[in-house]
Amino acid sequence: MRHDHLVTAKQLSRADIETVLDRAAEIDADPGAFRDRHAGALLGLLFFEPSTRTKMSFEAAIKRLGGDVVDMGSVESSSVKKGESLADTVRVIEGYADALVLRHPRQGAAKMTGEYVDVPLLNAGDGAGHHPTQTLLDLYTIRENAGLDDLTIGIMGDLKYGRTVHSLAHALTNFDAHQHFISPESLKLPRSVRYDLHEAGASVREHTELETVLSDLDVLYVTRIQRERFPDENEYHAIAGEYQVDADTLAAAKDDLTVMHPLPRVDEIAADVDDTDHATYFEQAHNGVPVRMALLDLLLGDSA
Amino acid sequence: MSEHELRVSKIRDGTVIDHISGGQALNVLAILDIDGTGGEEVSIGMNVPSDRLGRKDIVKVEGRELSQDEVDVLSLIAPEATINIVRDYDVVDKHRLERPAEVTGVLTCPNRNCISTDDEPIDSKFAVLPDGVRCEYCETIVRDGIPDLIDSA
Repeated sequence: MRHDHLVTAKQLSRADIETVLDRAAEIDADPGAFRDRHAGALLGLLFFEPSTRTKMSFEAAIKRLGGDVVDMGSVESSSVKKGESLADTVRVIEGYADALVLRHPRQGAAKMTGEYVDVPLLNAGDGAGHHPTQTLLDLYTIRENAGLDDLTIGIMGDLKYGRTVHSLAHALTNFDAHQHFISPESLKLPRSVRYDLHEAGASVREHTELETVLSDLDVLYVTRIQRERFPDENEYHAIAGEYQVDADTLAAAKDDLTVMHPLPRVDEIAADVDDTDHATYFEQAHNGVPVRMALLDLLLGDSA
Repeated sequence: MSEHELRVSKIRDGTVIDHISGGQALNVLAILDIDGTGGEEVSIGMNVPSDRLGRKDIVKVEGRELSQDEVDVLSLIAPEATINIVRDYDVVDKHRLERPAEVTGVLTCPNRNCISTDDEPIDSKFAVLPDGVRCEYCETIVRDGIPDLIDSA
């Protein structure tokens, strides 16, 4: 695998994905062998909106490879607050680091940034657009638990604004996966993602109720329905309640159903699911470090 | 030339844009950034009968030949249009529009959260699909209302 930048999961072929996941498995099996592999490498962290898990897992990943981070810090304390453009900010900071990680509230920010920098750029979420590194750790978790071929997956929640969903859906088109999307009508997949899935010839069905498809699923990927998307609080509560999963809900599922969530969750997965064999979301979160180590290892190559 | 087309006067030098979809003539003027304040001599026929389109619009612009960028954007809203270049009352070049693969810097993305609408040093960029356009930055697909996205509209 050799991409200058990872902006969207659409860039990734099946071979690319398997290369990253295989490397992550090697790291999982023998973390010590990778400890100083990128000693001296610096990863630039540009987080223009708050993030805990993604930012910390990138930081942990580069440090476990022997490198370190240079962190822009919060937007409030940066030159962005003075009105500097993103294009200017990234052109300056690329001079400080061997690779950059960008989280930005605007869609297309990573695509634009990629036009301005020469060091490898990783999109860590751009508005409601894409989140390809999350997708790689999702795929790693799916492969470990259910396999990636002959897979029936349900993806449920806010599909319209959920960037993790968009990236996962694109990546799954590389595999023999049947994708079922479950959401309220108002939060269905955006037109652009449906267009891409259609162009890729993906097997896709859309539903408004989980019960329609639950018993067929190998994986149920749940995302948060975001309260702020609803102008009316009552409308939010009416809809969100329809998309909550608890242990009773899962009684109708296959015994080996894998339940995933990019986290943080609010109440869309009840705590009683945590004690079932279905719960895989914490394992999924932990996989962020070896998968991001693998990705950095491959992207940095000999450049560090 | 048909009787209907004679309703719009002939021009000496310039461009005749014919076979515009009925009702799109004002959008064509917007693309050409013509609003009357520049003193251009323009003739417009709207919703005149057409064998090919049923109803069509015609725009004749005196003293001006179109740039490729203008032609590219015209093709998005008037794919059936023909461009006639007129010199000394004679049509010296006549061609159908061809849809480009991409248009740059002429449409504004309708997604207010798209980076291309922010104060960044980039031009908007849209891929041209068979039935619409797609922002190259945020990937928003627009099928209807493309004229509303024209910067000068």
